Amino acid sequence: MIPLSWYLIAAAALFCIGLFGVLSRKNAVSILMSVELMLNAVNINLLAFWHYHTQLQGAGQITPQVFVAMVFIVAAAEVAVGLALIISAYRRRETPVVDEMTLLKG
Amino acid sequence: MSGLQIVFLIVAVVTLFSGVMVVASRKMMHSALWLILTLLGVAILFATLQAGFFAIVQVLVYIGAISILIIFTLMLTRRVMDDEHPQVIKGWWLPAVMAVILFGLIAGFLATWEDFQVMLNELPADAENLAAFGSALVNPAGYVIPFEVASVLLLAALVGAIYIAVERKEKVG
Amino acid sequence: MSFWRDPIIFIIEWAKGLLAGIGWGPGWATIVGFVIGAFVLAAGAMFFVVFLIWYERKLIGRLQDRFGPNRLGPWGLFQPIADMLKIFTKELITPSGVDWIAYNLAPVLSVAAVLMMWAVTPFSKTFFGVNISVGILFLIAVGGLGEVGIILAGWGSNNKYALVGALRAVAQLCSYEVPFVISALVPVMLTGSMSLVDIVEAQNPWYILVAPAAALVFFIASVAETGRAPFDLAEAESEIVAGYNVEYSGLKFGMFFVGEFLHAFTASFIFVTVFLGGWRGPGADQIPVLGLVYFMIKTFIVYFALILFRGTNPRFRIDQMMDLNWKVLTPLSLVVIMVIALVDRLFASSADWLRTVILLAANLAILVVAERLIRRGVKTTRPEVGSRERPVASPDNLFIQPGSGAKG
Repeated sequence: MIPLSWYLIAAAALFCIGLFGVLSRKNAVSILMSVELMLNAVNINLLAFWHYHTQLQGAGQITPQVFVAMVFIVAAAEVAVGLALIISAYRRRETPVVDEMTLLKG
Repeated sequence: MSGLQIVFLIVAVVTLFSGVMVVASRKMMHSALWLILTLLGVAILFATLQAGFFAIVQVLVYIGAISILIIFTLMLTRRVMDDEHPQVIKGWWLPAVMAVILFGLIAGFLATWEDFQVMLNELPADAENLAAFGSALVNPAGYVIPFEVASVLLLAALVGAIYIAVERKEKVG
Repeated sequence: MSFWRDPIIFIIEWAKGLLAGIGWGPGWATIVGFVIGAFVLAAGAMFFVVFLIWYERKLIGRLQDRFGPNRLGPWGLFQPIADMLKIFTKELITPSGVDWIAYNLAPVLSVAAVLMMWAVTPFSKTFFGVNISVGILFLIAVGGLGEVGIILAGWGSNNKYALVGALRAVAQLCSYEVPFVISALVPVMLTGSMSLVDIVEAQNPWYILVAPAAALVFFIASVAETGRAPFDLAEAESEIVAGYNVEYSGLKFGMFFVGEFLHAFTASFIFVTVFLGGWRGPGADQIPVLGLVYFMIKTFIVYFALILFRGTNPRFRIDQMMDLNWKVLTPLSLVVIMVIALVDRLFASSADWLRTVILLAANLAILVVAERLIRRGVKTTRPEVGSRERPVASPDNLFIQPGSGAKG
């Protein structure tokens, strides 16, 4: 009883908030958190379309569910490796701020 | 306006507001806590879509594991209590404008689709067919290869995270 | 439906009839019924804790050759009530520099996370909050909310000891979730459903007889999830300051305390639900209230085992605890789930009793092999710890000179 458009608009807004965070935040952990927001927005979209197609075709659709599960898996792997990289970089450079990791600048 | 619509509006507003606070708050720890609220809101949105399994998995994976990991990292990278200086870059208005434009583009593009305003009706109770989903994941004609690749990815992430983050004794000194 | 066979459902139906009598539609009556039910269950749980505290203190007292509380009321039964009154009247001290929302949200979350587990557990054939199709996953997810509560407490109270305690507690809880989840998959696999109601209905015989190895892993992991002795490193009272709840006083500390006791009880009834057949017993199908009685008896037996576990085991060191998790429980649970899946598939067409016997034999074989392997890994001789010269508190060495070996 909720229009599909509401979900799509909410997901688009969440995605853009995440995009803003990725482009503007300084702290590497913050950037990862914004990426999580974007992935969540994608998941809202996928599940909204899962609902739409299920009601359109009358049977449960598997493919969107598989996509959502893959997004979960990729998010988990990405966070684990990303945070390990941040901790490792922090040990060497003493900073979590990406602007201060200027090893290649000479 | 039905009860479900009111629930949706409240949850969506809370989710988007806390999403804004994630990228806007100055204390890193606060933005992590706002992130937890956002993820919870997204889980409730999943529940309103009658995807109960994914709502629970969202809580389990995102709140129980990912946000905890993020908070751990925040605590280990030390600048937790004393970060009052701005957390965004100097020219932050440019990404803001870009995000707004992108939102306008997405919304405008979606609005041209004829099914945009279609109502999502209530599905039958067994629409989220978990048994079929599970067997499709291990079915050679279905999604067994993505499933196995994802498992290998998780294993590689596990090993890689330990390898990267482990403290080597001789280098620390 | 007669009152004596199922009093709880009888009362609920009666109340629904009453609401319908004053002109409320069935939708509103259901909503009101859920709200009242949730309130009654939560309040009942909170009062139940009073009895649990008495039970545990009495048992621990007996285990340690003491009397336990015995002054107030018969067998000291009113002692926890007096303690509660004391804790209610204590001043609520808020330390300076706390994060107000995090500091006050943490105790609430730690109790709420436990109480939410009561919502999906079937207490008898007809008496349960909701039957969601992913019940066992819900239990695990809600456990994750409790971890968030601990993190909030540690960080919000602006105290480095609280922060360290929270990090330790959450590291422990996150690690033990792995064998917990994997061993909880075994009943799911045997039932073919994640709903707790279905899992209880399918237990014929009980799953502890089908998969004792999984039950053992599940039990140890759920004790570790409750954070009690011997896994109470996070708030080892005799070694470090109290851990993440060090800055709390009065009722807010009481909430953590209640949450811990309730979590131990909840862990034991989840074990009963998943492995000991829940409400199942002779006659429980016809007379649902008997199921509730069986459920409580089984839960108290498991809770007694939990207290025995607590009273007789010394506290682990943190590296021993992590070794137990990552080197014993996790591989063991992985082997168990693979073997059970294989055996269950190979003997899918044979008779039920034969499959059960073979599964039991396979599990016992796994346990024996695991015991042998663990025994081989145990070091019987310990390396000398005090090889370096250490200061001795003797009269000729009262003041340790800097650099005289005090580093060790």
